[in-house]
Amino acid sequence: MSVGTAPLARGGSRTRLVRSALLALALGYVAFLLLLPIAGIVWGVVRGGASEVASTFSDPAVRHAFWLTGVITAITVVVAGFFGLVAAWVFTRDRFPGRQALSAVVDLPLAVSPVIVGLMAVILFGRGGWFEPFFAARGIQVIFALPSMVLVTIFICIPFVIREVAPVLEEIGTAEEEAAHTLGASSLQSFFRVTLPSIRWALLYGIALTTARALGEIGAVLIVSGALRGLTETATLYILLALEERQEASAYVVALTLAAVSVTLLLTIEFIKRKHEKERAR
Amino acid sequence: MNAAIAVEHLSKSFGSFTAVDDVSFAASEGRITALLGPSGSGKSTVLRMLAGLERPTSGRVWIAGEERTYTSVQERQVGFVFQHYALFRHMTVRDNVAFGLSVRKASKAEQKERVDELLHLVQLEHFAHRFPEQLSGGQRQRVALARALAPRPKVLLLDEPFGALDARVRQDLRRWLDEIHRELGITSLLVTHDQEEALELAHQVVVMHEGRIEQIGTSEEIYNEPATPFVAGFVGAANVIKGLVIEGRVQFGQQLVSGAAHLPDGSAAHAFVRPHDVRIVVPARANGDARLSSPATVERMVNLGWTSKLVLSLVGDGQSVIAQLPNDQLEGVREGDRVLVDFGNAKVFAPHGPASSRSDELAAV
Repeated sequence: MSVGTAPLARGGSRTRLVRSALLALALGYVAFLLLLPIAGIVWGVVRGGASEVASTFSDPAVRHAFWLTGVITAITVVVAGFFGLVAAWVFTRDRFPGRQALSAVVDLPLAVSPVIVGLMAVILFGRGGWFEPFFAARGIQVIFALPSMVLVTIFICIPFVIREVAPVLEEIGTAEEEAAHTLGASSLQSFFRVTLPSIRWALLYGIALTTARALGEIGAVLIVSGALRGLTETATLYILLALEERQEASAYVVALTLAAVSVTLLLTIEFIKRKHEKERAR
Repeated sequence: MNAAIAVEHLSKSFGSFTAVDDVSFAASEGRITALLGPSGSGKSTVLRMLAGLERPTSGRVWIAGEERTYTSVQERQVGFVFQHYALFRHMTVRDNVAFGLSVRKASKAEQKERVDELLHLVQLEHFAHRFPEQLSGGQRQRVALARALAPRPKVLLLDEPFGALDARVRQDLRRWLDEIHRELGITSLLVTHDQEEALELAHQVVVMHEGRIEQIGTSEEIYNEPATPFVAGFVGAANVIKGLVIEGRVQFGQQLVSGAAHLPDGSAAHAFVRPHDVRIVVPARANGDARLSSPATVERMVNLGWTSKLVLSLVGDGQSVIAQLPNDQLEGVREGDRVLVDFGNAKVFAPHGPASSRSDELAAV
C-alpha cells in the first residue's frame, strides 16, 4: 500500500464504523419499539394455546367487536373517500374566497387529540347538546350508538384522501381535461377516462391510510360509544376492556389479529406508494 | 355571417383586467389565419373563447356560419391543439387519437379505420402503441394534431402549437403543418407570437396588442404597409428614427426622410425603417439631394454569413441605426468608416406610447 492512500483508508474505516454504529442504533430502536411488542403479543397468544384462540373467536362479544370495527371502517372509507375526492377537486379546480383558509382547516383533525373530537361530538349530540332535541324527537340514538362512532371516525379520517389527491390534481393541471372537452367528452367522461386514471394511486393510498386509521381509532370512539359490550364495543375497545378485566389471553388474540390486518395494510400501502411515486416521477 | 370563423365585438375581462377588448374579425374559409401578438396581447384568450373554454364578457362568436357564443365546448366541434400538447398521459398514441371518436360512440371498426388514416397522415404508424412520454416533443405535437382532427372538426384552433419546441423542430413542423393543411383544407386559426411563423403559414394575419386588434391583412400588407407604429415595430425588425415633420418629410439633425406627408408641419414623428432598407453609400459616389443621405459612422460590423449587420451612429444627433445588407454590397466598408446612408421605404407615425417604448428593443435585429 502506498503512503498516499493510508489516511484515506483510515478515514474510510472510521466512516464505516460510524455508519455501523448508527445502523445498530436504528435497528435496536426498531427492534425495541416495534418487534419486541409484536413478539410479546405473539408470545401471549402462543402461551394461551390454540384453545384460547378458538374460544376467543367463538366469543360473541369478540365477533361483534370485529363486525362493528368492520362496519365503521367500511362506512368511513366510502364517505371520507368520496367527499375527500370532491373536496380535493374543489380546492384545486375552483377559485373562491377563503379557499386557502378552508384548505388549512382540513388538517385540523390531525392536530386535535381524538379525545377532544369525541368531546365535541358529545357537546353537539349528547344530553343537552345542540342537535340532541332534533334527533331525540325522531327517535334516533346518536351518542352511545353507531351514528356517533361513525361520525367521529369520519371526522378524524377527513384529511387523508384530500392530502394525497389534491397535490396530484394540482400537478396534472387542467389541460388534459380541456382537451377531452374539446374532443366532445362530457364532464363525467372526462373525469372517469382522463382525470381518475391520473390520480388513482394517490386515491388508493389515501384510502389505505383512511382504513388503517379507522381500524385503529380508539380515543374518540371511547368517549362517544360508552363501550357497551356486545353493543358499542369495537375491536380496539375490546382489547382495552379485556385488559382491565384481566382477560389478557383473549386481548392478545384480538390485538394480534388487528396487528396482522394493519401490517398487511401497511405492506399494501408500501406497494401502492411505490407504484404511485414511480408514476409521479415520470 | 357566413365565415368559417368569426368574432364580433368580443371582449373578456378577468376582474378589473381587460384581456380582450372589442375584437372583431373573420377568418377565410379553408385558409390559415394567424393571430399574431406578443405574450399578454389576448390572442390565446380569443382562441379559448372560440373553443368555448372561456366565456366572453360580451360579444359574439360564429363557427361554420352558426352562432356559437352560448354553445358548450363539447358541441362546438372544434379541433384544439395546445401548446404543451395536453396528451392523455396514461393512454397510448392510438387511444389518444381514438378518444374523440370513442366518446362519441363511434363503432370499433370505424374508430380503427379513422385512427389508422390519421396515424398515416402524421407519419406515426409505428408509434401507435407508445405512450406520450416515450415520444419527442415534435412527435407529441403530431399526435395532438391527429387527435384534434380525428372527430372531423369544423375548424382547427392551434394555440402556439410550436411554442415549446426548439428552433429546428419548429421549422420542420411548420413546413409539415403547411403540407397537411394543403391536403385537408380545414379552416384554421393559429395563435403565435412568432411573426415569421405567421407570415410563412397564414393567408391572413390579425395583429393583436394589449387586447385590441392593430391590423388585419395579408402577410405582405402587414409587413410592407404597417397600419400602426406597433405593427411596424413588432412585425419584422425596424429602426426608429426620431425627428420633426417639415414639408412632408421627417427632419433629424440636418437630414430628411420622406414619407411624412400625412403629418402636420412641426409635429414630432417617428420614422420606421427596416434594416434591409438602409442603404450604404460611399461618400465619393454620392449624388442627388445631399440632405436625403445622412452621414454616419460605422460603429460595429457583424458578419452573419451571406449578410452583415452594421451598427451605425448618425452624425449630428448620434441616433443609432442598424443596417443589414448582403456582403457583396458592402463595398469595402470597415468599422470606423464614415459613410452616407439612405433610408428607403420609411413608415412615419406620430409618436405615442407603445411605438416609442419599443424603440430601444428594436436595436436587437
